[in-house]
Amino acid sequence: MITSTLESVPGRAITTHLGIVQGSTVRAKHIGRDIAASFKNIVGGELRGYSELLSEARREAFERMVQQAEAKGANAVLNVRFTTSSVAQGASEILAYGSAVVVE
Amino acid sequence: MQYLSEFANLLIPLLLLLAGYGAGRLAERRHYRSILRREEELSDLIIVICKTLPASMPASDTRLVMGSVVVSVDYFKRFVAQLRMIFGGRVHTYESLLDRGRREALLRMQKQARALGAAAIFNTRFETSSISKGAKNNIGSVEVLAYGTAVIP
Repeated sequence: MITSTLESVPGRAITTHLGIVQGSTVRAKHIGRDIAASFKNIVGGELRGYSELLSEARREAFERMVQQAEAKGANAVLNVRFTTSSVAQGASEILAYGSAVVVE
Repeated sequence: MQYLSEFANLLIPLLLLLAGYGAGRLAERRHYRSILRREEELSDLIIVICKTLPASMPASDTRLVMGSVVVSVDYFKRFVAQLRMIFGGRVHTYESLLDRGRREALLRMQKQARALGAAAIFNTRFETSSISKGAKNNIGSVEVLAYGTAVIP
């Protein structure tokens, strides 16, 4: 599966467009990480616990998008975009989306 | 007894301010040093915002790469920013926070691309979101994501 933020795959023509595919996940941070982060909030710097949590969540959203593309019979997802929105205090939704295509 | 508790009420935020000022400054300076060093190391891996590759560029493979970081300001800077919000104007303390976040995210993305043996990263995008928005006293941590397409010659 080729995934790309470009609109085409260099050197390969798109044969079929299969429409939009997306994957999302909603994650809440857990209290242990929250306590550690509130300490870190005093001295500043990277909040490693949250960094890991969010990149893990993003990977999952991405995997779901790829699975959906596979189910449609695509071999590439182009123009991939990510967005994050906070649903409630302490929980955020991560969405990955793109267009599923078949390339040569 | 009452005086003592009032004294403590005043003292704790003051100590936190001092701790935040000292530790925050140190951490920021160290972070900037590391950012500058790694930017130097990765300066030959160009980041492009364009969508199309130049025809002369060899591209045997393209791969999605990303880097993200959650970064927070310290207690002192948050206090300064809250003061600033009374009068309005530039909030310097948050500017450096976002600058650090963006550059760190870019560096992590470049590191991933370098591991793949890429020559450039095309169509790079940024995504910024504030964590713990709305929680009281908690404004000041942001997540920055940078992503793009690594072009492998």
